[in-house]
Amino acid sequence: MNNLDYGWLGKLNWDSLVFSGFLERPSVSEAVASVAGSIVILATVGILFLLTWFKVWGTLWRDWLTSTDHKRIGIMYIAFAIVMLVRGLLEGMVMRAQQAAAPEGFLYADHFAQLFSTHGTIMVFFVAVPFLVGLINFAMPLQIGARDVAFPVLNQISLAVTVSSGILLMVSLVVGQFSTGGWSAYPPYTGADFSPGVGPDYWIWAIVFSGAGTTLTGINFTVTVYKCRGPGMHLFRMPLFCWTVLCASILMIFAMPPLSVAALMLGLDRYLDFHFFTNDLGGNMMNYANLFWLFGHPEVYLLVLPAYGIFSEVFSTYSAKTLYGYKSLVIATMCIAILSFTVWLHHFFTMGQSPTINIAFGIATMLIAVPTGVKVYDWMATMYRGRIRFTTPMVYAIGFLILFVIGGLSGVILANPTVDFQVHNTLFLVAHFHNVLIPGVLFGILAGYNYWFPKAFGFRLNDKWGKRSAYLWFAGFMVTFFPLYGAGLLGMPRRSFSYADLTFKPYMIVAFIGAMIVLAALISLVIQFIVSIRDRKKTQVPVGDPWDGRSLEWNSPAPVPAYNFVEIPKVTDRDAFTEAKEHGEAYKRPKVYRDIELPKNNPLGFILCVVSGILMFALVWYIWWLALISALTILVAVIAATFRKETEYIIPASQLEKDTEAWLALVEKSEAVSRDLEDSPRNVGLAKLEI
Amino acid sequence: MNPVSSPKSPGSINPHEAIHRDPDMVIFGFWVFMMSDLIFFGVVFAIYITMVGATAGGPGPKELFDFGSLFAQTMLLLTSSLTAGIATVIVKHERSRAAFLFWVVITLLLGMGFLALELYDFAGMAEKGGVPQRSGYLSAFFGLVPLHGLHVTFGCLWMIVLIVQVFTMGLGDVVKLRFLRLALFWHFLDLIWIGIFSVVYFGGWVYG
Repeated sequence: MNNLDYGWLGKLNWDSLVFSGFLERPSVSEAVASVAGSIVILATVGILFLLTWFKVWGTLWRDWLTSTDHKRIGIMYIAFAIVMLVRGLLEGMVMRAQQAAAPEGFLYADHFAQLFSTHGTIMVFFVAVPFLVGLINFAMPLQIGARDVAFPVLNQISLAVTVSSGILLMVSLVVGQFSTGGWSAYPPYTGADFSPGVGPDYWIWAIVFSGAGTTLTGINFTVTVYKCRGPGMHLFRMPLFCWTVLCASILMIFAMPPLSVAALMLGLDRYLDFHFFTNDLGGNMMNYANLFWLFGHPEVYLLVLPAYGIFSEVFSTYSAKTLYGYKSLVIATMCIAILSFTVWLHHFFTMGQSPTINIAFGIATMLIAVPTGVKVYDWMATMYRGRIRFTTPMVYAIGFLILFVIGGLSGVILANPTVDFQVHNTLFLVAHFHNVLIPGVLFGILAGYNYWFPKAFGFRLNDKWGKRSAYLWFAGFMVTFFPLYGAGLLGMPRRSFSYADLTFKPYMIVAFIGAMIVLAALISLVIQFIVSIRDRKKTQVPVGDPWDGRSLEWNSPAPVPAYNFVEIPKVTDRDAFTEAKEHGEAYKRPKVYRDIELPKNNPLGFILCVVSGILMFALVWYIWWLALISALTILVAVIAATFRKETEYIIPASQLEKDTEAWLALVEKSEAVSRDLEDSPRNVGLAKLEI
Repeated sequence: MNPVSSPKSPGSINPHEAIHRDPDMVIFGFWVFMMSDLIFFGVVFAIYITMVGATAGGPGPKELFDFGSLFAQTMLLLTSSLTAGIATVIVKHERSRAAFLFWVVITLLLGMGFLALELYDFAGMAEKGGVPQRSGYLSAFFGLVPLHGLHVTFGCLWMIVLIVQVFTMGLGDVVKLRFLRLALFWHFLDLIWIGIFSVVYFGGWVYG
């Protein structure tokens, strides 16, 4: 128990800085680490400088950092996720370069281990989850005809702890080292005996705090879907995206606690010398494996379900057809959500449980392919005889359909315990999960980004660069990961920084080339963003319905005003907005203008973001006094927030009338464009009614 | 905002308040939170059950548990649930603020009494070598029981804040709703305690 005896700066000293490693023993590996650290520092300084230069601190504070508006919170989630995506991708590149260069290589084993640990942690917890939560935050309340999410300040807090955990991961690039134990951080390796450094502590606190944020988000979304639907929006009239959000949120509520428990128990082992998962004194590592995957498997579906929802919207909108087999899609979604809890043991078929148990879990795993298959056929049937437009989101959706099925099939192969014994811990597995997560989640995210962007910012993204990026993603993904199936079948273990058998080398070189194509895809995405901003005058869609949308979120100006709808639309059927357009109910003047009450700005989220970041840092480095002060500050800030009396402000009817009349006048004088012209400058967001 | 207007139908205080303080929604949200918390406890219980035998030669349940003190703790907590219930009834029937405060303070004192006894128990266990560092079994014990204690501590803190708020903000709808959630939380903790008593203490004593 000498864990507690440290100076007032805890374990922190000069050698903790990443640069000291390079100065003391210069090498390529240390240079890579130092460059990464420098990028973090320079980017931070650069951003702070630019914000000051353009004098945007005031706007940033009022409109964003203290905002309780679900749309803005959603956009902040997405901005955060994109930053993390860049880091995660670059780490993937470095790893592929290392394996292409192996056996000589250029990284230390430890450095490589840190790369795969952060890559996994970041991509799952800080890219996929926040990106999806951001899209959900933005679109779901609009789709169900709600003014806001159920608990706006809670929403802010969820964002705050997610972002501060992400910042902690960025700090780990500069100060100290991250865990080398993989994204699943299995003890006893990550315990104090084998990993005495700060790495696992970085992992633990980032997971605990961001996990708490995700749980709270799940609660918020669930209550929003159940309680905040507009009049007539029955559950079975909700857009499919909202159904997938509901199921994913329920997964968040039930699946995140096991992860928090696992991480906290690992923390108790490390900090206070408990024996949950240690090798000695009755600790039991299998408990960790069970807890982690009790979370980890539902997590996969928590990610992929909302993406399915996005694809459902995309297929339906760009085929100009109502979604085929709506009810079967809903039921399939629910089946997947339930089955996701019954399969976690397939992550450790080889760890010694009985064949009977393995078979049961193998069958349960294969069963998930059934509802997923239902979905695939429904999506194809939605396109059948539709008026398909080949827009960027549709390209992503079709790419997903083809590539995801391949990934799913390799999953069915792995679900067979006897096969799993052969390919366990090889690159075959790595190929499989990238094959489901990249088409399934990343393509969904990018489709959603292209689909809803005009709604959020009032102008469309460049379609040409969007498609280029999509095709580069497809190509890059295939060239990178399909060779890994081969290398895995030949027996190449995953997570190896080097290898002796040169048979693997050609595969690794091809994979590296693929990684370069992925990099090109990322660059195209950035170019798309810049080009779109440059051309935004020509692509504005202020009326708000650029794609001939079918659900309620398109029934408002773009960008959407803080109050979402001046009058909550009444819903009579599925595809509520299409229905309204057909019956001439869209773009109608409300009978009376009534005041709208909205939650006021609140600094609580920002305060918690800063203080929880400090708390986590202090805990990682054993700076007890700082940890105590920041924990108390959090407590005081939360209690103080409950004493606020005026928590809402009112948008007066006169303001609403002015805004709405201006919008309606714009509708009046805009030209309705047909679907063929939706990518031309003539599209100002008023779709022509073509049934 | 007028905290005491139209108390009989708290959902219709004024026409545009329905969105964020709809009591139905707030309470439902809290139930959902408790479901999540229940899973949290559930997995910690599961860990305890798998580790009952993992005493690694250290003291086990039979050496460590003091059922006299446990009985007292149980009585204190169950009684506090009753007093919280009485306070809920007072809120519902709009009785006096003083009576409400009286029963909340009693609940608080009972809760703090429970915590004091629990800490005394832990100290007694430590004297017999029952510290979490000793074995996997004791780690699991100290992962679970103090987790409940921590919840009780937060409940007590919550009560103190509410008592202050009754004075500063009045016993209005906001404070009432907060109290109703606290009462739910408190009953929930009672339920968890019954689980702890049966599984951890009694079950541990029988099977340990």
